[in-house]
Formats: sequence, C-alpha cells, structure tokens
Amino acid sequence: MNPFIEIITQPDNIAIVIMVIMVCFYMVWAFQQAFQNDRLLAAGLPVDGENDRFVDTFKPLVRIELLVALVVMVGLTVWSILVDAPLEEIANPTLTPNPAKAPWYFLGLQELLVYFDPWLAGVVLPSLIVVGLIAIPYIDINPKGNGYYTFAERKYSIIIFSFGFFVLWLLLIVIGVFFRGPGWLWYWPWQEWDHSRVVFEPTKDLTAIIGIESRSFAGFIIGAVVVGSYLIGGMIAPYRYWKKNNPELLTQLGMIRYVTIIFLFITMMSIPIKMVLRLVFLIKYVWITPWFSV
Amino acid sequence: MKSLPEITDKVKKNLIWKSVFRRDYRNTVRDRAQAVFGNVFLHLHPVQVRESAVKLRFTWGMGGITLLAFIILVITGVVLMFYYHPSIDQAYTDIKDLEFQVPFGVILRNLHRWGAHFMVIVVMIHMFRVFMTGSYKAPRQFNWGVGVILLVLTFLLSFTGYLTPWDQLGFWAITVGTNMGAATPLLGYQGPFSEYLHITPYNDVRFALLGGAQVGGNALLRSYIWHCVAIPLVATILMMVHFWRVRKDGGISKPQK
Repeated sequence: MNPFIEIITQPDNIAIVIMVIMVCFYMVWAFQQAFQNDRLLAAGLPVDGENDRFVDTFKPLVRIELLVALVVMVGLTVWSILVDAPLEEIANPTLTPNPAKAPWYFLGLQELLVYFDPWLAGVVLPSLIVVGLIAIPYIDINPKGNGYYTFAERKYSIIIFSFGFFVLWLLLIVIGVFFRGPGWLWYWPWQEWDHSRVVFEPTKDLTAIIGIESRSFAGFIIGAVVVGSYLIGGMIAPYRYWKKNNPELLTQLGMIRYVTIIFLFITMMSIPIKMVLRLVFLIKYVWITPWFSV
Repeated sequence: MKSLPEITDKVKKNLIWKSVFRRDYRNTVRDRAQAVFGNVFLHLHPVQVRESAVKLRFTWGMGGITLLAFIILVITGVVLMFYYHPSIDQAYTDIKDLEFQVPFGVILRNLHRWGAHFMVIVVMIHMFRVFMTGSYKAPRQFNWGVGVILLVLTFLLSFTGYLTPWDQLGFWAITVGTNMGAATPLLGYQGPFSEYLHITPYNDVRFALLGGAQVGGNALLRSYIWHCVAIPLVATILMMVHFWRVRKDGGISKPQK
C-alpha cells in the first residue's frame, strides 16, 4: 500500500487527521468572524452579539445542547464501529520499538528534543507553556476585543498566540506523527521507512565555527556571552524601542508585567531560532557548561 | 380499548407520578423558568441567556462538548473497570478478553479510546475559541487559569490511560514520557544540578512517578489509580469551579466596549 495512505489510516492516526480537519475548520471560522467584526468596527457599527436579546434557556438552549450531544454521540459511535482500537504485542522491556513515540499530544515536545536537551524540552519549556498560558489574562492589558471576535483590535496578541498554537504546538505534533520515522529521522509521507538508514549530519557547536573548542574555557565564555546577550539584549531592546516610540505603553505595563511578557516571548522565540541554527547551520549547542548545555 | 389522553391521565394522576414531577408543564414564563431552576442538571444554566449563547457560531459548543466527552469517558471507563485488573499478569489478557469474550467489549474499548482522543482535540479548540473572543479578559482572568489547569489534567488523564492495556505502545510511550522526569533540574537524576542534592535513579522524580526505577507493576498500579480515581476527582472539583465561575463572571462573554 502507498505509505502515505498507510500512515494516515493507522487507527490512532485517524484522530490526528480528524484534529487537523477540525482545527483548520475552526481556524477559518474564527478569523472569518474576526474580519467580519473588524469591518463593522471600522464602519462604527455594533459587532456581532452586541445588541443581543435575552431568550429562554428552556427550550432554545436545551434543545441545541441535546442536538449537539446527539450528533457527537452518534459520531463517536460510528467512529467506534468503523475503527477498532489497536492492541499491540504485550509489553516487552527488552524490545524497544523504533521510533518510540510519546502520546500524540506530546509529540511537539518530543520534536523539541531534536533541538534542546531533555531538561529544557521535557521539563522547563512545558512548565513555561502552562505558566505562560495562565499569565495571558494578566499580561494582556489591551481592554479591547473582550467578548467578540476581532483581529484589528488585538493584532499582536492574536499573532503571537496563533504562532504558538498552530505552529509550535499543532504543526510540530503533525510533524511528529506523520513525518518522523525510525531514528526520529525525517520521512516524507511517500517514503518507505528504512530501519537501516543512517544520516550523518556533522553537527558542531557554535564556537567551533570560529575555531574555538566549545568545551574549553574560551568556548564557555563565548557561549555565555552569546546566551547572555540574547537574554539581556532581548530584555532591553523592546524597552528602548517603546521608550522612544510609545512611552505610555511602558507606563501602563509596569516593570513586572514588562519583564514577564518579554521573558516569555524571548523564551518562545528561542525555539524557532534554535531550530534554524540546528537545521540550517547544523549547530548543536550554543553554550556548554559543566552542568547543562543549551 | 382506552384512548391516549385517558392513558396519559391514568399515568399522570397518581401519587407516584406527582411525587416525581411536581407540576404539569404549561409553557408559561413561570414554567419555562421552573424547568431550569427546578432541575438539578439544568440549573447549571441561567433561566434566560443571550441570543449568542444559543447560536453555534460564537462558542461552537466546545466547552459543553468537552464536558460531554468527559461524561462519556466516565461511563465507558467505569464499565471497563469491571473487566480489568491493574496487574502485569492480567492487564493484557483482560484487554484480549474484552476483544474476544466480553459482549460489546470491542465497541466499549473503542468508545473509550476514541472518546479520549476526541476530548483532547475539543478541549484545545475550546481554548482557541476563548482566546479568539478575548473571553479571558476581565472579569474572567481566574477562570482562564482554571481552564488551563483542566487542559493539563486532560492531557494527564489520557497519558495515564496509555499504560493500562500493558502493550508495547503504552509501555514505550510511558517510558519515553517519564524519562523526561529524570531530566528535571535538581530533582531528576539526569537533570542539571541534581548531583548536589544526591539524587539517584532510586530517589528522583521519575522514581516517584513510576514507583520504581523502571516501568513495571508499580507503575501500572500508579497510572491506574491516577487515571481512574485521583485525576478525575481533581478534574471534577475544578470543573465545578470552572462552571460556577462562568455563571458568576456573567455567563457566556458578551461584547464589552
């Protein structure tokens, strides 16, 4: 069978196909409503839902809840009749499958293991995702766009969230499910998995580019300077930009909020930066210390 | 032969019926309100809602669908528990029994498995919707945080359920997942700075998660109890808070300009 058909019709992967379809559908629906409201806002008209009347819960709402529940239950039943949940061989600690994949919703994090050490990819970054999500309402001080779809009134928060949600979370999951084969190597959907395939990628550390051994003291210092200037520069640059162009924003944000926002943002952006370094420039570590490496 | 109205009359006009349904429904304002606040399941709702709450396009019904998925999973999960022993000698054969011996065992397991995937998907889309409508903004900041914790609990519910069939898929998914625990800074034996706390494979985070240094019988028992008792308990309490706060923060969010 065609490897592509084979991989998307694996019982557990059907869920991922359903997820991709649903996510695309709701993404389009959300942005379509956002742009529609933006046109109303631009024309000074009330947005969708602004002049809502009240209706009885019983029966309009109860009726639609019942209908949705029926559709969902019928859908799940049909899915369960058509597709059987797989059961593999009995657990065998001596037989490691290749690739050994985490549950699908954690594959984005497993994908990060290509670019970061486990303490970052598996512990620190996931914790920061949770902390960052909980922090959103407290660091987003834009009072507009509360209770209706809009893009124009909160461009930056939507762009940043969408980048995190669609690219860093969902796209990496899709890559992990459909594009990663034995040895966590990249396989296009039309390629057969080859268990003997070896890819030799001569990765090096950042300082090796200028001929300095990354584990030497000089390499340690250079790495520290690079990482430090990314963090400190990333912290200072937006401050100076806003101080000049939008000082009011800084006053509104305050110090704690500013530091939280920028810390979360530069941490998030370190992921695509490290990906480019690794994929394009074949750089493994930027900074090696006796305790950890980044 | 009795006519239908006569039969309904017989059914309704007696002590037992009246003890269950306190009064007839007459489609008056009072009765429509009574139908909601007089019913323990419906009284989660206000008596009246704004039109947007009734239209699919605003909420997509995603929060409610997530709750429905959770209820389906609790029901199928409880039934599955009747056929399952959380021990490495029996777990795998119990699943085989479900497949070949238990009436409707296959569809029962399928519903639980696909329902779980479905719940993870819809809870993520629910979060996306709440973000896109800006519904996390004042006064709903706290409830967004509760929702984020519930999202994490949904992942953990699914994750702990992976091991229960004791097959290769679950065993290695849990091995890969819990190996991350070993990399925890300070508290995992492979994590940075752990040597200063004298952390070994026998006293680190991973050991606590698995009840051992490897995925074995203790890990199966632990994941079973987390999956069937502990996390559902915590999730249920947080869901109560979540729904309560939806009401107290003013119901489905409305445009505030």
